[in-house]
Amino acid sequence: MSLDISNWKIEDVLRSLRSRETTATEICQASLARIAAENPKNNSLITVTQERALARAAAIDRMAASGERLPPLAGVPVAVKDVIVTEGTRTTCGSRILENYVPPYTATAVERMEAAGAIVVGKANCDEFAMGSSNENSAFGPVRNPYDLERVSGGSSGGSAAAVASGMAVAALGSDTGGSVRQPASFCGVVGLMPTYGRVSRYGLVAYASSLDHIGPVGRSVKDVAVLLSAIAGHDPLDSTSAAVPVPNYVSELDGNLKGFKIGVPREYFAEGLSSGVRTQVEAGLQALGKLGCEMVEITLPHTEYATACYYIIATAEASANLARYDGVRYGYRAPGAASLSEMYQKTRGQGFGAEVKRRIILGTYVLSAGYYDAYYLKAQKVRHLIAADFSNAFEKVDAIAAPTAPTPAFRIGEKTANPLEMYLSDVYTLPGSLAGIPGISVPCGWSSAEGDGGSSSEIKKLPVGIQLLGKHFDEARLLRLAHQFEMAGGVA
Amino acid sequence: MELTRDALEIPETLKGKYEPVIGLEVHVQLRTRSKIFCGCSTRFGDPPNTNSCPVCLGLPGALPVLNREAVAMAVKAALALNCRVNSFSRFARKNYFYPDLPKGYQISQFDQPLAEHGWIEIRSEEGQAEGGPQEKGTKRIGITRLHMEEDAGKSIHDGFPDSQDKSYVDLNRSGTPLAEIVSEPDLRSSAEAYDYLTRLKQILEYLDVSDCNMEEGSLRCDANVSVRPRGQQELGVKAEIKNLNSFRYLQKALDYEIARQTQLLERGEKVVQETRLWNLEQQKTVSMRSKEYAHDYRYFPEPDLLPLAVSDAWQKEIQQTLPELPDAKRRRMVSQYKLREYDAEVLTASQALAGYYEKVAAAGADPKLAANWVMGNLLGALKAAGKQIGESPVSPEALAGLLALIQDKTLSGKMAKSVFEEMLSTSESAKTIVGRMGLSQITDSDQIRDTIRNVIAANPKQLAQYKSGKTSLIGFFVGQVMKETKGQANPQKVNELLKEELGGA
Repeated sequence: MSLDISNWKIEDVLRSLRSRETTATEICQASLARIAAENPKNNSLITVTQERALARAAAIDRMAASGERLPPLAGVPVAVKDVIVTEGTRTTCGSRILENYVPPYTATAVERMEAAGAIVVGKANCDEFAMGSSNENSAFGPVRNPYDLERVSGGSSGGSAAAVASGMAVAALGSDTGGSVRQPASFCGVVGLMPTYGRVSRYGLVAYASSLDHIGPVGRSVKDVAVLLSAIAGHDPLDSTSAAVPVPNYVSELDGNLKGFKIGVPREYFAEGLSSGVRTQVEAGLQALGKLGCEMVEITLPHTEYATACYYIIATAEASANLARYDGVRYGYRAPGAASLSEMYQKTRGQGFGAEVKRRIILGTYVLSAGYYDAYYLKAQKVRHLIAADFSNAFEKVDAIAAPTAPTPAFRIGEKTANPLEMYLSDVYTLPGSLAGIPGISVPCGWSSAEGDGGSSSEIKKLPVGIQLLGKHFDEARLLRLAHQFEMAGGVA
Repeated sequence: MELTRDALEIPETLKGKYEPVIGLEVHVQLRTRSKIFCGCSTRFGDPPNTNSCPVCLGLPGALPVLNREAVAMAVKAALALNCRVNSFSRFARKNYFYPDLPKGYQISQFDQPLAEHGWIEIRSEEGQAEGGPQEKGTKRIGITRLHMEEDAGKSIHDGFPDSQDKSYVDLNRSGTPLAEIVSEPDLRSSAEAYDYLTRLKQILEYLDVSDCNMEEGSLRCDANVSVRPRGQQELGVKAEIKNLNSFRYLQKALDYEIARQTQLLERGEKVVQETRLWNLEQQKTVSMRSKEYAHDYRYFPEPDLLPLAVSDAWQKEIQQTLPELPDAKRRRMVSQYKLREYDAEVLTASQALAGYYEKVAAAGADPKLAANWVMGNLLGALKAAGKQIGESPVSPEALAGLLALIQDKTLSGKMAKSVFEEMLSTSESAKTIVGRMGLSQITDSDQIRDTIRNVIAANPKQLAQYKSGKTSLIGFFVGQVMKETKGQANPQKVNELLKEELGGA
């Protein structure tokens, strides 16, 4: 009679450990068993850290046995996106070029999570170097959506979202650069938060686009995400861009009413390109928020249409530099048989990187090149300021903004791979928040029938839809409260 | 075209016709204990790759954190070089691939450097009249900017059994803080460039912000050189000369390059914009890459670091730590000790030397006598022993003690030299040595006169010759007297009294 934790939340783990109903070791074994059963189907994890996880679980059990007070994440099985480094456990970034790379140190966020008792059970699959919106850019194969294995999990933190959705881990860490936590959370029916830029240390997060990269928690409930955020947030002397803003107790801030809370509904997010299924669900979500006492205010974020272009200039420019270090000299893959240094560079990077990574490196190199810098990079920086100003202006009138997380539910594997631009548009609602550096959360908002499947003879699958809530800088506490109240009220059926 | 060695000589007529224009880019390692973006040691000479961590190895996920001490040193240098320190500056990524550059980019500063608009004063022949008066003029050389950056590692291409087909990389140096100091194109000869670099190095040494050791690479220099017809306003096409790793090479390379460009122009050919390397074996500059192959470094602001803020308060605090700089010290010493300009120049070559000298003077020695002894006997002896001023076996106080014995005529100059020799090897005080060796100058007239009379009496033949007009024999008598007194008789007195005695005999 084995333990099933596939629906557990963090509080279930804590309760069962405190009451001695079960042990951290049993919970860990249950997680590993679930991984063994589900991972072959959805490919969420690249590496399973069984030995290390069991050793840490045993340590938690010793703590419990000695009567020590258990920390807030004691015994909680978590998955960590494979762009976040873990000492002694290979960190591939979903890339062939780092296929066998074992880092000598651990990221601050993981260190803090482990210090709070969490147990890392595996490294989650992702788009190569977090570049992608479907997890199809992984050198380790795509992650399949647990609700429909023919569909994508979303990306780039597809493995983190699918691992939580399929019950392999209770929670996970992902990273969000342009929507990479929120969009897969929405596709997989879980909660995903992109905190304010600077809220969580990036030390040990393998850089894709440094000014846009955020580590963010994924969970089965808003409360779990709040618990995780409380553990990992705060200034880190090793990350100069991490902010010295005090960290509130996000969990105790969850309760409280929303009377008079003003929610901005940006006109631009409900325009052309939004699927009818998602629109229906998100509009229902807005009504649910209204019932909680929130006041809906129509707002405009006029520079929204430039966000995608702006993002793909800034992010790729930074990426072109960030990925220069994978040159075959010191670590990672080195192509054999090169006759010269430059040939070694070319072959190594030519063979080691996938197509999307190469596309972005080339794009980023181009926009920084002499003669193009002003027209592209500099202009994009100016646009970024305008987009951020859109939000600042809006937040003078409203407390939070509600919008769809993604224009469609999960699409079919292979559906958009031939057209990068179409793929880029799946992040159209998450990119502006990333550029502004404000916090955003995706919360499940009911189910939609898969687009275009209406006429199919097979049964019509229902796919998760997420609603995105955006807040002011460092206003995660109120954002989480809003999301939590929405979830507690039943969200949208 | 390349030049033969002989072609280095430019005819005077061409020197009058063309004018060289030179600017220097100098990199100095700041002598912080730890690296600019991580806590690793900056020590030189440790086993390869031992001073390294995820940050300076450029491992995935690692982030830079700026070393405040490095900023303080750079600001100190900027202030001493009369620069305006920007209250906000910014780091930028300079992108290029090289095996000793672990991140594939160097964190540097680009469009918003730490400091700008400085200058230093050099000696210049420009102010000098034809024929050359003794006192040379001075000239201000502008400093365009001083910015901070990280050093790269070192590629090692030889010395290993498999160096034929492999290179090795040592990343101990990766992340060592550097200040890059860029001059305006204000220098007009290799001599001026030499003097500029000398003075820049001297200032940085005074500030104690860098070892300035060219052999260990803690001071490195590149030069931009162009030549134009005299009177022409716009600059000629320049070449960048790299690999100038000593003062001698700097001057040689510049002379070669100026001659090369002058001859090209004189023949009506064009100078090509390019980077050239000073080749030590061939004693010439050799083309490395032309403009078409110049790197596009694709600078952009470093997103991992916040803008660097230097507050007025911090700047003032650093300003207060500035020592007296060489120029000010030289001027003060000229007026305070009535030294010759040249002597003050020599004595202020380093802070330690100037400090030594001033201690000797402070201990009561006559300033001019002290200057002569420090510059002559002391520096000579230290140089012969291969020692620095700080390692002198004779302390300033001890030297002052010796000079006091000269001043009170206990010792003659010659005796003092032999006492000084003894002091160098035993580190004893002059008094002790004088006492031990029974050395003390005989100044008593009667005592000397007695000796003189004995000597005259003992040498009747020479006396007769002297009397018959061979007055040059006075030297013989002096020698004899000195011999009798073991050199301790005051030579002036001996001369005086001998003349009296010989005349009266």
